[in-house]
Amino acid sequence: MSLLFPTTRRSVVRALASSDAAERTRAFDTLVACYWKPLYKYARVAWKKSREDAEDLTQSFFTRAFEKESLAAYDASKASFRTFLRLLFDRHVANVRKAGHRQKRGGAEVHLDFASAEAEIGKDASHVSPEEYFHREWVRSVFALSVERMRARCEADGRQMQFALFEMYDLDESNQMSYRELGMLFGINDTAVTNHLYAMRRRFRETVLATLRESTATEQEYRAEARALLGDNIR
Amino acid sequence: MRFLSDETLAHLRDITETPDLTETRYELIRELGRGGMGVVYEVHDRELGRSVAMKVVDDPARAEAQIIAALEHPGIVPVHDAGTLPDGRFYYTMKLVRGVRLDEWVRSGHGRTEALRLFARICEPVAFAHANGVVHRDLKPENVMVGEFGAVLVMDWGVARATDAQHERMIVGTPGYMAPEQARGERADARSDVYALGAMLPFLIGSDRTRPLNAIVARAMANDPDDRYADARELANDVMRFLDGEPVSAYRENVLEIAARFLTRHRALVAMLLAYLLMRTIILLWARI
Repeated sequence: MSLLFPTTRRSVVRALASSDAAERTRAFDTLVACYWKPLYKYARVAWKKSREDAEDLTQSFFTRAFEKESLAAYDASKASFRTFLRLLFDRHVANVRKAGHRQKRGGAEVHLDFASAEAEIGKDASHVSPEEYFHREWVRSVFALSVERMRARCEADGRQMQFALFEMYDLDESNQMSYRELGMLFGINDTAVTNHLYAMRRRFRETVLATLRESTATEQEYRAEARALLGDNIR
Repeated sequence: MRFLSDETLAHLRDITETPDLTETRYELIRELGRGGMGVVYEVHDRELGRSVAMKVVDDPARAEAQIIAALEHPGIVPVHDAGTLPDGRFYYTMKLVRGVRLDEWVRSGHGRTEALRLFARICEPVAFAHANGVVHRDLKPENVMVGEFGAVLVMDWGVARATDAQHERMIVGTPGYMAPEQARGERADARSDVYALGAMLPFLIGSDRTRPLNAIVARAMANDPDDRYADARELANDVMRFLDGEPVSAYRENVLEIAARFLTRHRALVAMLLAYLLMRTIILLWARI
């Protein structure tokens, strides 16, 4: 599964119901890339599951969702896709608990880096409601995925230096360098630093919105989620 | 994937949302609020040396600015300028309104008559829009500003549409103020705004309502648009009739109510007449003694 599935500006939520199996698979992979970490962390924090159980639940949730095509049942008039997915996951966790046994992995597994997700679980997670926590992790996932997509685009375009500048100045909170110092490091003047950072930020915004547009089904949902993503205070 | 801390996320959100005004004549001062379709900032216009409000919207559609610009009315905030930011977002600048939102104005406490007069003034720009073939579609107390000297401004025409615009499936409006046909995703017209205005009336005057006022609210908020006032002008006229002590079209009075209204409306005349009759009676009785 490629986490860097290129942004299409088309809704992959809609593509889940496509008659083309290849398109359905690609859409599913894209959604997994965006949602698996928030769901894993949600299982760990909101459902207070052990590491192993949370891994199994996340894995089995996506495996079943793919096999049964349950995500295609999403109705945009009822809730956002994000809420639909969380409620579907809640039901899955409840069903597994009811069955009284751990889910055995099987079928077409998706390969997920649970160790990295585990390392990201914050210590202050218990202070927010499960819904807020899931929302916060979803925001983190959309932004992180957008960073990786932008990195891939910049590498393809030969703009590695510009991305490195953006990464150093906007993504590394420990970096305290001024534009002038950054310019000296990269061998450019500070006006060029300003221009490159400006262009990268604009590109980043476009990438975030394109990622969001993909993971929503309707224009109305896209707008609402854009407000939720960029408008709410996530701290 | 790289882990992004809460601090980095907040920073990224800032840099992705805050408008970059470097290539414009404006300088960002602060965020003023968030409307249905965008964010409003206070910006300084360097060329004219004044502060204005700037609305930034993701949607490239210029409909809102064009609609407002076409509606020249003292109750509708005038548009000064419009353009596209370097990041592709559309913006337009408007007069910076000083005053309080209607919900804040209500909380500060006002009498029924004052509230009803204000309500009639809210209806004026909406009626003007209706007369020009435009419906607001999201009227609510938060979208009305009361200026320092009692001026009323209807804001946030972000979802306004020409009444002859094509039907669109997008449901717009705010629960509690949204007409039933809007909630069903059907096309809104002037009567949908009448419904929202009707919902604002109890908010403005609270429980201090007489039967005619209740009837005005009921007619404005009728489920069937055909049973409502045709537009904001008709609604405002009925409210003004009530304020002037005249019968309202939404309510059929009985004889007692007609008499009571007559007595209330012509209080001074009735008092003078009674005083005259009393005096005549006293004189008559005095003459017989």
